[in-house]
This record gives sequence, C-alpha cells and structure tokens, in this order.
Amino acid sequence: MFAPTIHLPRRKTRTLEGSPWVRWTLITVALGFLAVFLVVPLVAVFTFAFQKGWEAYLAAITEPEARSAIVLTLTAAAIAVPLNLVFGLAAAWLLARFRFRGRALLLTLIDLPFSVSPVIAGLIFVLLFGRQGWLGPFLSEHDLHVIFAVPGIVLATVFITLPFVVREVLPVMQTQGSDEEEAALTLGASGWRTFLRVTLPKVKWGVLYGVILCNARAMGEFGAVSVVSGHVRGVTTTLPLHAEILYNEYDFAGAFAVASLLTLLALVTLVLKKYVEWRSEAS
Amino acid sequence: MGSLTRRHVLPGFKLSLGFTWAYVGLLVLIPLSSLFLKTFSLTWLQFWETVTAPRALAAYRLSFGASLSAALANVVFGLLVAWVLVRYRFPGRSLVESLVDLPFALPTAVAGLTLTTLFSAKGWYGQYLEAWGFKVAYTSVGVAVALTFIGLPFVVRTVQPVLEDIDVDVEEAAATLGATPWQTFARVLFPAIFPALLSGFTLAFARALGEYGSVVFISGNMPLRTEIVPLLIVTKLEQYDYAGATAIAVVMLMASFLLLLVVNVLQRWSHRRLEARAGA
Amino acid sequence: MRFPLRLSLLVLFALGGCSKSGSESAAPSTVTLLNVSYDPTRELYADVNAAFAKHWETTHGQKVSIKQSHGGSGKQARAVIDGLDADVVTLALAYDVDMLHDKASLIPEGWQTRLANNSAPYTSTIVFVVRKGNPKGIKDWDDLVREGVAVITPNPKTSGGARWNYLAAWGHALRKPGGTEESARAFVAALFRNVPVLDSGARGATTTFAERGLGDVLIAWENEAFLLTDEVGKERFEIIVPSTSILAEPPVAVVDRNVDKRGTRAVAEAYLQFLYSEEGQRLAAKHHYRPRSEEVALKQGARFPKVTLFTIDEVFGGWRKAQAAHFDDGGVFDRIYVPQAH
Repeated sequence: MFAPTIHLPRRKTRTLEGSPWVRWTLITVALGFLAVFLVVPLVAVFTFAFQKGWEAYLAAITEPEARSAIVLTLTAAAIAVPLNLVFGLAAAWLLARFRFRGRALLLTLIDLPFSVSPVIAGLIFVLLFGRQGWLGPFLSEHDLHVIFAVPGIVLATVFITLPFVVREVLPVMQTQGSDEEEAALTLGASGWRTFLRVTLPKVKWGVLYGVILCNARAMGEFGAVSVVSGHVRGVTTTLPLHAEILYNEYDFAGAFAVASLLTLLALVTLVLKKYVEWRSEAS
Repeated sequence: MGSLTRRHVLPGFKLSLGFTWAYVGLLVLIPLSSLFLKTFSLTWLQFWETVTAPRALAAYRLSFGASLSAALANVVFGLLVAWVLVRYRFPGRSLVESLVDLPFALPTAVAGLTLTTLFSAKGWYGQYLEAWGFKVAYTSVGVAVALTFIGLPFVVRTVQPVLEDIDVDVEEAAATLGATPWQTFARVLFPAIFPALLSGFTLAFARALGEYGSVVFISGNMPLRTEIVPLLIVTKLEQYDYAGATAIAVVMLMASFLLLLVVNVLQRWSHRRLEARAGA
Repeated sequence: MRFPLRLSLLVLFALGGCSKSGSESAAPSTVTLLNVSYDPTRELYADVNAAFAKHWETTHGQKVSIKQSHGGSGKQARAVIDGLDADVVTLALAYDVDMLHDKASLIPEGWQTRLANNSAPYTSTIVFVVRKGNPKGIKDWDDLVREGVAVITPNPKTSGGARWNYLAAWGHALRKPGGTEESARAFVAALFRNVPVLDSGARGATTTFAERGLGDVLIAWENEAFLLTDEVGKERFEIIVPSTSILAEPPVAVVDRNVDKRGTRAVAEAYLQFLYSEEGQRLAAKHHYRPRSEEVALKQGARFPKVTLFTIDEVFGGWRKAQAAHFDDGGVFDRIYVPQAH
C-alpha cells in the first residue's frame, strides 16, 4: 500500500484493541470485504475508463457536453449542500436537545427522502410541477420552467440529499451531551454564541462527514434527476446522466471516463476533509 | 406544539422547530402528498387489486428480503470496518478510509453496470463463482449484492464518529475492574454505539428498498422472480398508468415510513435508557 | 414562528428559482428546435441535424440549432406530456405519439396522416443477431423456441423496441399455415421461456448479449443489428434475417401546442419534411434505417435483404389495440408470466 499512515497522537493503550492476533484477523476480514466490494469495482471503473488510452479519456471528459454536465452537476451540488447544511444543523440541534411532541414523526419524515425510490422522488416533482400537475397551469401561464430545466434538477437533488447532514450530526450531538452549553449559557453567553463557539466545534467532524456524504450523493444522484431532467444534451444532463448517455451510445470507455471523474470529485472532497482535519489539529 | 418537558435551559427551540418543520413541510410533505392525491383517482377496489396483484406481492417479497439481507450484512461488516478504521493503525488506512464513500460517488447506474460486469459469467468474479455452480448476476442474490454495495457507507459512517468520540478511559476503567474484553464490548461499548448502529442499519435498509439504478442491470428483471418494486412502478408508468404507479409507490412509502418510525421510536427508547444509566 | 416561515418561503423561492423559458425569440437570426427522440437514433440525428442546419441556413438565411433528447420511447413521450418543450418528437412507436393526443391534447388525433407513409420517413424490421458462425444453427423464428436456445430481448412492458420484437414473433406464429390466436400465444410463451434476462431497455439487452456473453440470439431492430455487427462488435456477430417479420415504423410528429407557443412551426415542419428529402433518406440509410424513397433504396443494393413484412395494422389492427390486448396490465404478456403451481 502506498498511502502514508497518518500519525495521530498516540493514545493510551486500549483494552479493546486485543491481541495482535485478534487485531490482524479483524483487519484482514475488514480489508478483504472492502477489497471485494470497493477496491475491485473501483479498479474496474478506471480500467474500463482507460481502455482506450489517455487521449480518449481526456477527450471524453473535455468535450463541450461533458463540460456543461460538469458545470450543471457542480451547480446543483453548490445549491443543495449549503441548504441542507443549514437545515441539518437546525434540525440536529432541535432533535438532540429537545423533547417535544411529534419528534419521532419529524425524524421519520426527515429520513423518508432517503428511502423513497429515486423513481418516486422524480415522480412527485412531475406530479407537482408537470404540465398536468398541481402547479402546472400556473407555471405555464407565466412561462416558468421547473421540471425539465435546472430548477427541477436542483429540487430533486435537495430532496434526495436532505437527510444526510442531520443524520450524521445527530448521533454525535447526542453522545456529546449539553453540559458545556449549559455552562456557557449560565456564564452569560448568548444562544448564538454558545452554538457557534461551543456546539459547532464539538460536532464539526460529524458536520464534515455529513457535508461530504451530502455532496457525494448530490453529484452522483441518477434516478430522481433522470426523471426530471428531460435529457436535453448539453443543457439538462448532469454527469451521471451524461455517463448513461455515453453508455447507451456504446461508448463504454467514455461512460466510465465520466464515471471516474465523479469518483475523482468525491476523492477531492475527501482530500479537502483531510486537509481541514490536519489544519485544525495543527492549530 | 410545545415542549413536553423543559428540562433544558437551552435556547433556540422555537426557531429550530419552526424552521425544521417548514423545510420538511415544503420539501417532503407537500411533494409526497401529491402522490396520495393522485392515488385518490382510484377506487378502493382498484387500489387494492393493484397493490395485491401476484406480481406486486412477489416484488415486495424480493425488495424487502434482499434489502434486509443487505442491511444485515452491512451491520456486521460496517461495524467491523468502522472499528478497524478507528482503533487500528495500518498501512493504507487513510486510503481505505477515503474509499468507503465510493458507493455514493458512483452514479448508481455505473455501480450496477460495474457489478454486473464483475459478476456475470464472463466477469472477474463470475467466472470463478459459476465454476462452483454459484450464480449471482441475474438472480436475487445479485440484487442483494448490489444493495449491499449501495448501503455499505451508511453503517460505517454513522458508527465511526461515535466510536471516535468514545472516551477510552471508560474501557480502561472496565478493564481495571476486571471485565473481559468481550464484557467491555458488550456492556460498555455496544450500548454506546447501538443508536448509531441502528441508525446505520435503518439507513442502509431504507436506501436499499428504493434503489433502482444499480439493481435493474444485475437483476434480470424477470416477472415474479427478480422484479423489484421500483421496476414495477416504472412498468406502470410506461403504460401511462400514473394512478397505478402511485398506488404501488404509496404502499412502499407507507412501508418505509412505518419502518423508519418504529426504528426512531426504538432508538429514542434506547437513548433514554442510556441517559438514565449515565445519570445513575 | 413568523421569522422561520418567512425564511423557509425565501428558501423555496431560491430553490424554485424558476428559470425563464428558453424560447429564444429575442434573436430571430437563430432559432432552436428540440427533437425528443428514442435511444437508437442518436447517431442518425447527429448527422441529420447538421445537414438540416446547413440546408435551412442556405434556403432561409437563418441559423438553426437543434437540441436532442434521447431515452426510452415511453419515457420520452411522458416527458413531453409532462411539459418538456419538444418541437418535434421522433419516437419508436405510434402508440407513444398517440398518447401526446390522448393524455395532453398536444397534437390532433389524426396526426399520423399529416405526413407521408404513416408519418414514418424511414422504417426498420426485426431481425436476429447470433454469435459468429451461428453455433446453434438459428435460421428462423421457430428455432428460437427450441430447447437449449437462450434468447435475449428486453422487457416489452418497459421497452418500446421490445414490443416490436414481441409482435413480430406473434405475427409470425399467427400467419403460419394453421396459425391461430392460441398457437401464436403458445409460441410466444415458449419463446419467453427461453429468455433468461429481460433488460429494461433495448440497448441494455444488446449489452447483455454482446458484452456479458449471455444468450445465443438477440432479437433486435435491423438498424441496431447493423450497428452491432458493423461497428461495435466487428467479426463477433452475424445477422440472421427471418423469413417473415414486422414492418417497424418509427413515427415523427410536430408537437403543435409547443411549436405554436414558441413560434417554431415553419422550421419544425421543414425539419420533418427534410427527413423525406433525398438527403434525409440517404442519411437514414447510412444509419441502417430502411429508406422510404425507392431511388435511395436502390442505391443501397442488397444491403437490406428482402423479407416478407407485415404491418401492425394488418395483424393487430393498430397500436392501440395491440397495446391493450398484449402489454397493458392483465394483457397477454402478463398472463404468460402468471404464477403457476409447481
């Protein structure tokens, strides 16, 4: 393996790390599982992507339609992620810190977009904004376009990625408890200040994981976006849709080249995460 | 809608409650209610016949069965991976750590294509598996494999942060008091990570229920045998049968809703127990 | 509660962001058309669009930019019904175009008579693709129901192309000497017993056959079969033409409501007429569709083998009837797959 080991500050001996024998068995089983399910498919993606060589790869990801797909994908993620970040923090604060009637219901509704089939997720926006949908007559009267245009794609993306930040931050906030917040408030700090200075730093890794998942999913979403996109080449095709188009043109290398680009985008986010982590530890 | 118990002096209850409900209302409740509204164009009898047709029943069985096996596999391996990532240092750890999110990053269609390529008779895995008489691609096993892949990050990513935040001193204290590693795990560690584990399981299960893009390639789509529920919905849409499609969709939606609700209630209960214990 | 509500409304508007329609009426020197088509026509329309743009500019002095959308035929028709602003549709089967009238009144009922040849400027038929050397010795439809022959065809419930395959098989069995509805049904049922995988779309089925190595014979459109043998999998496959097959007529239509709203009727109609012109016919033939023009067809020589072709109107009384009898829920296809006590 080539990646450098990260040297976290060595902690005290832990009782649960077990004997070397246990440790290496666990590591082997975990890595074996990941190898079969992640590494080999990943290698496969890149193998297929490069089967026609570097030049074909570069051509596939720099042609105008690929470029406009990249722009659209990044735009959708750039709108969906911040919205769901703000929502996620508010909702996690609410759900972790307060007991109120309807809490389990609210949590369930937040989880729902995640379990809803992408097919249905797209369909509901068609039923709402389509020509024969609830708002269809209003929209067409004012010549406004939601589905089969960029706003529809953004909406579907926001819907699909809604639960991620909440779901990542909530368990962390719950394990943390609220003693420190209460102390800060008792000492006279304002609510916002307490949230920003005490709560946020404590849950920042949870937030980061949430943002990363949210972002990765926003960029990779296929099913729901496919329903509301209309597939107009170079206009309403995101990267995953573009990959599908190429695949359906029997351009397998091109399709996997675009797919590998999505994988790379995700890896870039992860490198950024590492960087933030490193900076915050250094300071 | 007020708080039942004001145990905390913490601020922001009304603000976060209002904002959260408004956001969920606009983005989840209103859009999903359009689904129900469309279903009302069917009579009860039509609705019932649509959702209990033999093909629909076979599809529910497959979707729930395969999702459940995939989620259980992910609980076992996800916990293991999270544990290994948090507690052990080994070469290539950060590489592995980054890879866990891959199933998100890959568009589901690409994941489906890749897995089908790997598991079909000519594929890297398929050629060996078929030699042992084990067919994966185009069977319900293939569906479960695709769903395991899709759900992989959830358990890891929900358990990992919690595991990282657990204070090691507690474990050491347990050991000092004479607990075996297994006891320490079962009595100290497991209760602490249980909410996260349950959360991860639910997410993996719920996600698998609705998955479409990756499954259609590997399942073979044979009516009654390898036809998942979302495919059935697409089939209805192809006949311009919006009402029929939404009827099946409503059933799936109610199923996921109930499932998530039960788990959320369970989780609150286990969390309370944990708090009670911590307070004792 | 007042503040968060207002905030969330803001969020909705930010989200909805409601982009203004893309009709580029501001610049009359450039006009855009949207052609909503089905999967296997990508290569064809890439060429047609470039040729038509040149043609329109020389004859009318106006630049035209044609956007393409491709996908499964039924899905594309639904998108247009639900509000995708297609100026023209070029789909796989007339039933999908009919729905533009039935479900949203976007076109008049008699749309199919507005253009020559049932509004289908090019045709195709259903043929077989087998592996090089034809190891299973497949020559005609009857060979597909033999034991041990694995047939690849997509799911007729989700793929328009697959419905042509199914109807071709049915028609063959029905028109055979002594053929009846019952014998046709038994034949098609036996055929589908030999199908190990039902892909959701035509190109998925082709990939299953060509790349995954599954099956002995692929039932496909002739143009797709040519694409496979000439370009994608050279030297690996060969085409078998059955004795009888169906005349596949992929229809084209101007979407009246949309062109009238956008003011693009003239150019949209000219675009479809262009498909019937010599150049359009030549391009169709180049992309393996059978041209309607006999002149162009003659120049193709023996490329398109002679087959006894029947039409859907002759055998099934039109698409609406075929759809209702065979593919709707509870139709013949569903009954082929009823659960049986073992």
